[in-house]
Parts: sequence; C-alpha cells; structure tokens
Amino acid sequence: MTRTTIKGLLLASSILGSAGLAHAQDVTLTIESWRNDDLAIWQEKLIPAFEAKNPGIKVVFSPSAPTEYNAALNAKLDAGSAGDLITCRPFDPSLEVYNRKHLADLTSLPGMENFSDVAKSAWTTDDGKSTFCVPMASVIHGFIYNKDAFDQLKLSVPTTEEEFFAVLEKIKADGNYIPMAMGTKDLWEAATMGYQNIGPAYWKGEEGRLALIKGEQKLTDEPWVEPYRVIAKWKDYLGDGFEAQTYPDSQNLFTLGRAAIYPAGSWEITGFNTQAQFKMGAFPPPVKKAGDTCYISDHTDIGIGLNAKSPNAEAGKTFLTWVASPEFAEIYANALPGFFSLNSTAVKMTDPLAQEFVSWREKCKSTIRSTYQILSRGTPNLENETWLESANVINGTDTPEVAAKKLQDGLDSWFKPAK
Amino acid sequence: MKPHETTMDAGALKRPRRWHILVFLLPALIVYTAVMILPLIETLRQSFYNTVDGQYGFVGLSNFKVLFGDPRWAADFWNALRNNFVFFLIHMVVQNPIGIALAAMLSIPKLRFSAFYRTWIFLPTLLSFVIVGFIWKLILSPIWGVAPFLMDLVGLKWLFAPWLGRPDSALIAVSLISVWQYVGIPMMLIYAALLNIPDEVIEAAELDGVTGWSQFWKIKLPLILPAIGIISILTFVGNFNAFDLIYTVQGALAGPDKSTDILGTLLYRTFFGFQLQLGDRSMGATIAAIMFLIILAGVSLYLFAIQRRMRRYQF
Repeated sequence: MTRTTIKGLLLASSILGSAGLAHAQDVTLTIESWRNDDLAIWQEKLIPAFEAKNPGIKVVFSPSAPTEYNAALNAKLDAGSAGDLITCRPFDPSLEVYNRKHLADLTSLPGMENFSDVAKSAWTTDDGKSTFCVPMASVIHGFIYNKDAFDQLKLSVPTTEEEFFAVLEKIKADGNYIPMAMGTKDLWEAATMGYQNIGPAYWKGEEGRLALIKGEQKLTDEPWVEPYRVIAKWKDYLGDGFEAQTYPDSQNLFTLGRAAIYPAGSWEITGFNTQAQFKMGAFPPPVKKAGDTCYISDHTDIGIGLNAKSPNAEAGKTFLTWVASPEFAEIYANALPGFFSLNSTAVKMTDPLAQEFVSWREKCKSTIRSTYQILSRGTPNLENETWLESANVINGTDTPEVAAKKLQDGLDSWFKPAK
Repeated sequence: MKPHETTMDAGALKRPRRWHILVFLLPALIVYTAVMILPLIETLRQSFYNTVDGQYGFVGLSNFKVLFGDPRWAADFWNALRNNFVFFLIHMVVQNPIGIALAAMLSIPKLRFSAFYRTWIFLPTLLSFVIVGFIWKLILSPIWGVAPFLMDLVGLKWLFAPWLGRPDSALIAVSLISVWQYVGIPMMLIYAALLNIPDEVIEAAELDGVTGWSQFWKIKLPLILPAIGIISILTFVGNFNAFDLIYTVQGALAGPDKSTDILGTLLYRTFFGFQLQLGDRSMGATIAAIMFLIILAGVSLYLFAIQRRMRRYQF
C-alpha cells in the first residue's frame, strides 16, 4: 500500500513536475489536524471551494490519529516540521502552544469580528487580550434515539429525569432492545457522554462551572455529586458486558438497531446518518423536575490557527479569513452536520437531526465541558481523572461520593482558585 | 560418562593485534551509540533537570523526590510497579513453563508434523502487537466476540465475563494475551537447547533405567537450565519495557481504574501527555530512569548472582 503510494507520487511528480514549473509562484499550505474522519470533506468540498477563489494557494489537509495528535503536533512544532495551519484543540493544549510562541496572534485577523467572545473563549489568553485560533465549530451533547423503536414501544420522548428512567425501564422490560448503548471500556464515553452530558442540568451550566473555577463550589458539593448518582443508575440499562464495550461497539450497537437510546455528541450525526437504517430523533439532557431550565453542553471543540514559523504566513492568513467567513461556515456545517458553526451569522442546515440539536440553543442555556478551562492545567489532570472516575462510578468500583472526593482532592493538590 | 565442566583458557599466547575486529565492530558500535547509548544518557540527564519558576535547570534529585514523595505520583508509580510485577510473574509461571513443555513435546522423536506445530505456535510472535491486540479485543468482546459464542456452544456461557473491562481481571487477561503472543520464543530457545543434548547422554540414561518423566527432570532439565536462565532474563527485560500491547488493548489510560497501568504506559502518559494532559518531559525522564535502574538491577542480579553459579556442561 505504502509502496504503491510512493510509486504514485513518483509518477505524479515526474509527469506533473514540468506542469508545476508553470506555477512556480504557488504556495502550498499544509493543515495539521486530528480529524482524519473529515479528510474527504476537506478534499472534496472545502479545499476546492477555497482554491477556486484564491488561485495561487494550494491547500493540503494532513490529519493524524486523534489520540496522538497533541503529542505529535508538539513534537513537530519543536522540530520545526509542523504544517502552516494548525487545528486547535480547545483551551489549554492550544494556549500552551501559543505561549511557547508556536501559534501566531490572530486578534486582528480580518473576519475575527464574526465571532462572539464566548465562541473565542477557548482560544483566547486568560487576560482576554489575544486570540490565536479561528473558532470553527462546537459540538452539542444530548441523546439520539431510535424513533422506530420508540414508536413500536409507544414511548414518548422523556423530558425529566424521572421520565427518562421510566422510558429506560420500559425498554428493558420489553427486552427487544438494549435500553442504552454505552460502554465504559474506553473511559471517556462515561465522562463525555455521561457526566458532561447530563451534568450541566445539575450544576446549572456556566453558573456552576465558573463557581468551580472561582473556588466557590467544590466537586464534592451536591450539584456535582448528583449527576454521578444519576449515571450510577445507568448501569442497569446498559448492554451485557458494558465494562468491555468500546466506543465503536456502542456506535455499532446503536446503528445496527440493537439499542434504543444513545448518549451522544452531535459529532455522531454524519456517521449515524450513513450507518443507521431506521429513523432517528434526538432529545436534550433531561431536567430534574418538569419546568426547570434545561442546560446543554455546547462545547467549543475545534478551531484553526497559524503556525508562527510558517513561511507562508500571508497565504495562511488569507485562508484563515476565509475560514472565518459565513461561506466556510455554511459549507462546513452542512458537510459535517453535528459540527455547529460558531459564526455569528446564522447558518442554514439541511440535516433534520442537526437542526434538532441546534434548536436547543434557543430554549436551553449553553455551557462548555466543566473540566476544560483552567481546571485541567495541573497534575493530576482533572479531565483524565474525570474519565477514570466516571467509568468507576458506572462500573460500581467507586461510589459517587468517593469519586467526587477523589476528584476534588486531586484538584486541591495543585489548583488555587484566583481570588 | 561424566560431563566435563568448562574451563576458560586464558590465552597465554601472544598474538598480533587484530585490527580487523575493531573495524568490523565499528559500524554496529556507532549505530548503537547513536540510537541507544546517547539517548539513554540524555534521558538520565533530563531526569535531573526540570523547570522551576519558568527557568529550566539542574534540580538534583528533586524529580525523584516528587515521584516517591508526592502521594499521587507515588501511588501511580507503585501501582504501575506492582502491576508490572504481576505482569512479569504471570509470564514466568505461565509462558515459560508452557514454552518448556511445548519444546519437550516437540522434541519427542516420534512426533509427527512437528515442523508444522512449531511454525504455528511461533507465528503469533511474528504478528504485530497491533494486530494481536485488535484480534483479542474482538475475540473477548462481549458483544460480537467469538469467546462468548464458543463458550455458549459448550454451555459455559455463565463463565464468560467482560474480562478486559473489569478491574480485577483486566491485567490477567492482558498478560495472558501477551503470553499467547510470545510463548513461541521460550519454546524455540528451549527446543534448540534440547536438540543440543547429545544422544549418548540420553542413551546412557536409558541404560541406567532413567526414562520418561524422570529422564526429563533428572537429565534434560539440568542440561537446559542455562537456556531457561536466558529466557527468564529476556522475559524480565521485555516485561519491564512492555507498553505496546497494553496501549493497543486498554488505551493510554490503562483502564479500568488504572488496573493495567504498567511502567511503560505510565511513562508514555507522563512524557508525551494524553488528551488535555500536557507532556512532562522531566518527570517522564525520571520514570524512564527508574525503569532503567530496575531493569539494570534485575539483569545484574542474574549475571552476577545466578549465572555465575550455574553449572555448564560441555560434551
């Protein structure tokens, strides 16, 4: 496979080499990314759209594996071999890259005015002065369900915690479907799809998250322990052997129609649309009591910045300005339903599931994942610990109270809230 | 017929200097120095450096103090070390005896298709750990796995559990996967050692009435002890450097609840970082230095305390 690729490249360069001479002025921009799932979309839709408007600039999308991205990127940046454009993880990983002078300051980039401060928060320094990545998209958490299964069992979409468990109980009693497709093997599912998904309703979104950063609340406080008590109850509704069920297993269980509910992030929409043979719907995380305000995790997930050492900085900025434009937002949001544009200009989306997810922005209060800003700066890393403890709580290894105490102790060991 | 003990003849003869030895050794020496020795020294050096108040500099033993003194670092480290010992012990009591048994069976002269068995048992060793990890994750999957299906066929489904996902069984499961993969190595080494035993020794034993099991215990086993020693030390070094299989099967967090976290995965997470956790080179180098010392101690113990006392036989 590699060999044929190399042969192909050699062939291409020998034939096209002469053609390339004609465009000696061409600049090639390379994009570093962890989104290897998006390769086709970049190559077929985004890059051609940009290149058509900007002759003379070629763009190459070169993704690496998600779990290795941060480490690989830092190594490449240190060695000076990283691409011109860097896809930015939210918050500290990118802030650290910026602080080490590997990312250019983009505060004054034309197009930045298209984003709100909240949208930019994930890529802005603590003092709010410099922004170093163009926000691309956020992901929203919620639950995707199998509409056919719900119709068959005459279930209605749950809105409160009580209704939610009643629905799970009915699906379980019927026995045809696994009530909920989630595993704890990969740990992060339990934290991201579980704790961070339903949690905001209990800690009241931004209010609780900011109080945690200010030190006014602790992870051992009721609003932070209660979501753990709730996901501990999920255990009875997960599939057989969920302890060894991986993330792809969960996805497949749901898309094969064997499970009724899938605790989801909106990024699943594209994959599920092509895989699932049944009708799907989505509902936001249930509230505690009927009439409560609902909260959703609308997490700023992906941005793009400029390598400070890039020799093609001008072309890079041209590209980033285009990324900040409504045109990019529209192509991107429709090519990848589930990655919602952060652009202030409203984007028309055609996918019904994506529309459902994004409609929650209007009726619910948005927040981002509680562990991402500032709190995962030290050792032990709160995000990693949350993965571990969320899985422990669902597995029954730790009680919700013990898990919360472990997290708070870990946080206390290095975190001093700014007073 | 008594085997003679070897005696090393100190070369009393004066010989001309043999420069070609140096010339032939040089390429290997240069490559080895560049890719092994220098990075090792650099790692050891880094373990004495850290960033204090934004200033990178020499900090003496303070990295080690943090690793052993800070309750969290220490808990992680001792947990990884303990898991690593369990990992090693399982290899020693499962992999090596099975390897020896397989070799003994293969060396039975009447056994047919022995070349076939030998090849097939050795084959997993040649597979990439990525493939091995992936295959076993699928085999043991409670959802699509072959294991629950096959156990169901023979009515043993109740024995099946999601082993890789339980804190109490995950480490054993991963160790056994590793045993499955590498059992071919002790088998091959022991097999070669067994073939080296001359027929006269065996015949003499038979004349003396030592056959079957007692022949294996009294004649063959003592003769292959040096090979077993080598295998033990290879297993030790291999296990304390292990990382790949755990990473592919359980991920870098070595879950569930860090129950499969060994020194290699701890080092990886610390040095390179993981997800939101940023890499910490100094602490990573510190863990690497401790790993080096552990392996060095183990190998030295073997070389100076055990191998010297081992009786060698020459025919």
